[in-house]
Amino acid sequence: MTESSFSRKDMIAVLIFAAFILIVLPLALEPFRLNLVGKYLTYGFVGLGLVLCWGDAGILSLGQGIFFGLGGYCMAMFLKLEASTPAATKIQSTPGIPDFMDWNQLTALPWFWRPFHSLAFTIAAVPLVPALLAFVIGLAMFKRRVGGTYFAIITQAIAAILTILIIGQQGYTGGVNGITDLRTLLGWDIRTDHAKLVLYFISGGLLIACLLLAQLVRRSKLGRILVAMREREDRVRFSGYDVANFKIFVFCAAAALAGIGGAMFTLQVGFMSPSFVGIVPSIELVIFTAVGGRTSLLGALYGTLLVNWAKTTFSEDLPQLWLLAMGALFIAVVVAFPNGLAGLVQENVAPLLARLRPRLRPVPSATVDAPKQGAVR
Amino acid sequence: MFMGYSLGDLGSILAMQGFAGLVLFSVFVLMALGLAIIFGQMGVINMAHGEFMILGAYVTFLCSRLFAAYLPGAFALYFFLAIILAFCASGLLGMAVEWALIRHLYKRPLDTLLATWGLSLILQQVYRSIFGAREVGVELPGWMMGSTHLTEQIEIPINGLIVMVLTTLITLAVYLLIFRAGWGRQVRAVTQNRAMASAVGIDTERVDRLTYGLGCGIAGIAGSAFTMIGSTSPTAGQLYIVDTFLVVVFGGAQSLIGTIASAFTISQARSTMEFFLSGSMAQVLVLLSVVGILMLRPQGLFVLKVRR
Repeated sequence: MTESSFSRKDMIAVLIFAAFILIVLPLALEPFRLNLVGKYLTYGFVGLGLVLCWGDAGILSLGQGIFFGLGGYCMAMFLKLEASTPAATKIQSTPGIPDFMDWNQLTALPWFWRPFHSLAFTIAAVPLVPALLAFVIGLAMFKRRVGGTYFAIITQAIAAILTILIIGQQGYTGGVNGITDLRTLLGWDIRTDHAKLVLYFISGGLLIACLLLAQLVRRSKLGRILVAMREREDRVRFSGYDVANFKIFVFCAAAALAGIGGAMFTLQVGFMSPSFVGIVPSIELVIFTAVGGRTSLLGALYGTLLVNWAKTTFSEDLPQLWLLAMGALFIAVVVAFPNGLAGLVQENVAPLLARLRPRLRPVPSATVDAPKQGAVR
Repeated sequence: MFMGYSLGDLGSILAMQGFAGLVLFSVFVLMALGLAIIFGQMGVINMAHGEFMILGAYVTFLCSRLFAAYLPGAFALYFFLAIILAFCASGLLGMAVEWALIRHLYKRPLDTLLATWGLSLILQQVYRSIFGAREVGVELPGWMMGSTHLTEQIEIPINGLIVMVLTTLITLAVYLLIFRAGWGRQVRAVTQNRAMASAVGIDTERVDRLTYGLGCGIAGIAGSAFTMIGSTSPTAGQLYIVDTFLVVVFGGAQSLIGTIASAFTISQARSTMEFFLSGSMAQVLVLLSVVGILMLRPQGLFVLKVRR
């Protein structure tokens, strides 16, 4: 972290966010609400990835739910295996395997479940399995210069495939109910209020660490190349950069971040199901980011918290209005505010602050420029 | 998976599943035609296309109810009026949407995707408020029900035949409109080179609006046809949208022949495999192979050279 990669203004903004989620919210909210916020924070990981991938590099992935789900399923498999000890499952016809496998007449643990007995393997798999899939998809697509709308449609199709596969292969994946009834992590009960509080702080801390990491990427030369690719891909290519490799990298990074989010989601909420994998959740994840601001990391995080808070409030009181409001929000954000909340803040609040505190001049930022409308692909 | 079937059995299974595939193919073609016209010409990804289709389905449903209540004598013929009304309703809504929303986003194709997704959420909720969340089925007039027996083992449902005839007619009409009529010449000119077309005096905005309306109207007809093979619910359109997009992309976005060929391949593969495997696995396999082929040949099967 050198002086050049982080301006003072950025640090202050990150500190404010950290104070908000780690001090203000835990003091202000009752445990139930805080647990909900903990759930929203796990979506924030996906938001960070989308800012890098979509906001900076201009690659719209409509399949972030795939990676969120894969990370979540990795964690859920570990927890499920821990919950299915032979002692706890002795009423099954095959003790020692997860209950849904027993219901589906499986008599042995499938091979791909075996490594998930180990926590170290699971922790490694949470970012790596999504990143590996992203690598394969990216290699096949970007090396052949498939991009833009085609890429979006294909990621969407893959999300659909994965959902159908998970629901269809009930014996291996728990089917439409997902992997439920998760109890302990290395003997530590994750269902108590206290455990949820601890997990909330772990999520928050991890999120801030990832935020700093993403910030580091954006402020480096790599970040500038990503933005350059979004604006004029041909020129970057003619300058001698292998555009495909950078795209693959940023897509993998976004996938790994989404995987971490998914794993924290499983821990926080206590189950994982295909309803977080498919097309609809994937697009919702994109819209959280769009509302907050696709070119601002902090904007994406605030946007995620805000939209989810609104969703919960609306669905409690006026469920039929929620879809209408969400649809209108989509359209309004896309048509009128392409840079989301962060754009509004930058245009209106930042000059105000600058006038109030003349010593704190706005630092010219290279990577958070709004995308020029004509050049976005 | 072929165990236990004699060769003759296999033949008739293939024929009947092939026919079921043809009906699916018909709905796919009608959906995909509209989508391909819109995507090919304007580069707009219309995620609300499924909802335009469902609008057509609901219009058909309303028609059947109205005829049953007020004109029971003409009930046998309501379907033809329903098709026309479905086309008009979806087409007009499409033109309104183009005017209000899409035309502001032509330079940002990825954003049209998100905006039309928002539109589809709104439409779904509107359908749910008006028609209820439960599925509704359309009552068919007597002459459309039943089936004909070709041979002892092969029987073919009549409503499937009607859907196929309808699809053929619509496809022919679209072909004539795009490739033989003066208006179609304007559409093709705009597709090939928007700036030049505008320079020689074609009102590209008007062409865009009419094209969008036409695409959505065809989706409405698809909805009418859809009522014969499935039941209508507010979210039924969403189930088809990804498949249809794959059809369009697989065929090559600017090529109508490609769209038809890929709709044929995908629907036939799926319905044939559905008999031997479970429905979900058939879908997974077909989608996977389509994605795989697209990775090898990203521009689609049939490509038209377009100056960008």
